Amino acid sequence: MEQRGGWSLAWRRLRRNRAAMVSAIGLALLVFACFPGATLWANYVAHHGPNDQNINGYVHEGGKKIPVVALDGTPIGPGLRGPYLLGADANGRDLFVRLLYGGRISLFVGFASAVLCVGVALILALIAGYRRGAADAVISRGLDLIWAFPVYLLAVALATSFAVGGIAMGPIHVSSQSLAIPILVIAVVYIPYVARPIRGQVLTLRQSEFVEAAEAMGASSLRIMVSDLLPNVATMALVLLTLIVANNILTEAALSFLGVGVPILTPSWGNIIEQGSAQIYTAPALTIAPGIAIILTVVSLNVLGDALRDALDPHARLR
Amino acid sequence: MGRFILRRLVGLVVVMFAISVIVFFIFNVIPGGNPALRMAGRHPTQENIEQINKDWGFNQPLYVQYVKMMDRLFVKRDLISYQDQTQVIPTIIAGAPRTLSLAIGAAILWLVFGVTIGVMSAIHQGRFLDRVLTVLALVGVSIPIFWLGAVLLYLLTYKYRTVPLFSWIPPGGYVPLSSDPAGWATHLFLPWIVLAVVSIGFYARVVRSSLIDTRSLDYVRTARAKGLSEWRVLTRHTLRNCLIPVVTLFGLDFAAAVGGTVILIEPIFGLEGVGQYAQESVAHLDLPPLMALTLYGAFFVVVVNAVVDVAYAYLDPRITDM
Repeated sequence: MEQRGGWSLAWRRLRRNRAAMVSAIGLALLVFACFPGATLWANYVAHHGPNDQNINGYVHEGGKKIPVVALDGTPIGPGLRGPYLLGADANGRDLFVRLLYGGRISLFVGFASAVLCVGVALILALIAGYRRGAADAVISRGLDLIWAFPVYLLAVALATSFAVGGIAMGPIHVSSQSLAIPILVIAVVYIPYVARPIRGQVLTLRQSEFVEAAEAMGASSLRIMVSDLLPNVATMALVLLTLIVANNILTEAALSFLGVGVPILTPSWGNIIEQGSAQIYTAPALTIAPGIAIILTVVSLNVLGDALRDALDPHARLR
Repeated sequence: MGRFILRRLVGLVVVMFAISVIVFFIFNVIPGGNPALRMAGRHPTQENIEQINKDWGFNQPLYVQYVKMMDRLFVKRDLISYQDQTQVIPTIIAGAPRTLSLAIGAAILWLVFGVTIGVMSAIHQGRFLDRVLTVLALVGVSIPIFWLGAVLLYLLTYKYRTVPLFSWIPPGGYVPLSSDPAGWATHLFLPWIVLAVVSIGFYARVVRSSLIDTRSLDYVRTARAKGLSEWRVLTRHTLRNCLIPVVTLFGLDFAAAVGGTVILIEPIFGLEGVGQYAQESVAHLDLPPLMALTLYGAFFVVVVNAVVDVAYAYLDPRITDM
């Protein structure tokens, strides 16, 4: 019989899950639309960028000249045309182009903060779970402290405090306008949610025979953590990573909506909602469209995360 | 039991101290730039900055600054917003009933609907209803709630206002319970739903998977073998066990809703509670109120959790042994 590794079996199970495959294709299309697609659309179809204003311009539609922004300040709505496919905002900026470029930032912030969060959580969980004792006590109590804060409150407090002067901790200096601030803030607040389950897993694994064998051969702690324990928690980390990306995209939107997420001049889905919601009664598309983009992305990531968990760990199917 | 409570109380004090140190670091130490300038908000004046340096002791050692902060937050309670020179703590107290009205109503909604939907899903596991409810629960946890609030408000109180079903929904605002109970409920109706949606999805998923897990256990099979009806097995046996994790989650989530999520909902509906105060402070980069709200919010959460732990130990004596 042909031998198959765990990853290849998991891949086979994942391929049979139709919802997961639809989500994965949807996400791939979304990433394509936001990264190369945004530039292509802006250059060849819309002919303007995400921050190009056009308050006095016109669109020709069906032989008529329609102002991009009407005299009373109401922008043009959605319609089947190249430029302004989803309409414009109060400054005559193209909503669809902004959505594509905003997706870049939202996806990047969500992904980068998730990688940072899961990376740090993995290191902490491996040390705490394997070394136990004092190291575990310090790490676990520290995580409990972050855990004690309501997520949004801590994120908002950190983001607001850094929004004025940036960060200045010893040699680390980050400007208040840097994208690194929302990434850092979002990563920090979710670390305990990732580190706790992984630490639990490491605590169980360290009792197993392969760890004992490695210890008996005189392997160093670092070696055991990296080459014996890490591969065994990698699947769990991958599942958590997918779910945390979804979470982080929502958190970015919330922080940007409050005005302390992504810097205001950079379009992100949260920023577009924040700026559009003031005009929800006259131009609802400005609020509704970015929200739908967020929901589609987050639903796909959640479906994919759940399916990954089922595929990688078929015995814990229902958890 | 007494020893357990005492130990929990000592732990609580230690955690509260650590939290206050973290808040102190977040607002006074880690950020760059002149701290007095940051504290002064968007439009600082020279007098303000001098006053702030005096009030907060920014040119003194860190421990003096920490003591000053705690003194102003808990003993003197004389924090002022340098933005508009208003007292911070009376504003928070004035907003508290509004925030609690929002959170308690939403908590009842999410508990009732979350458990009901979870049970219905589990009973119909794998069938059409389960699939529909599972998808709805998934969408529920994936919606940005501030967006849902804004869009519902737009649709129900503006676009489809003339539809009789929605015409009674007011476009935001708050009416105190004591002066007009019906108005209080109608004004809070939409905010309750919006705050509850995410948790309904989450609770439904927890209850569903926990019910499905317990259903195949021995004691459930025994109950069935005794000839009990499915309904009785569910209400008397399986559901009771499944609700234990729900109770723990509920304490955490209720505290997190009061202490955090309201910041995203209150401004949408103009409820002017603690959450909206926090949102306005964030918008003005007004740090003293935000500092107070962060510390009080985190304290509220740890105290609620301690109470839940003790209540839990009372209900399930095995816990005190651990």
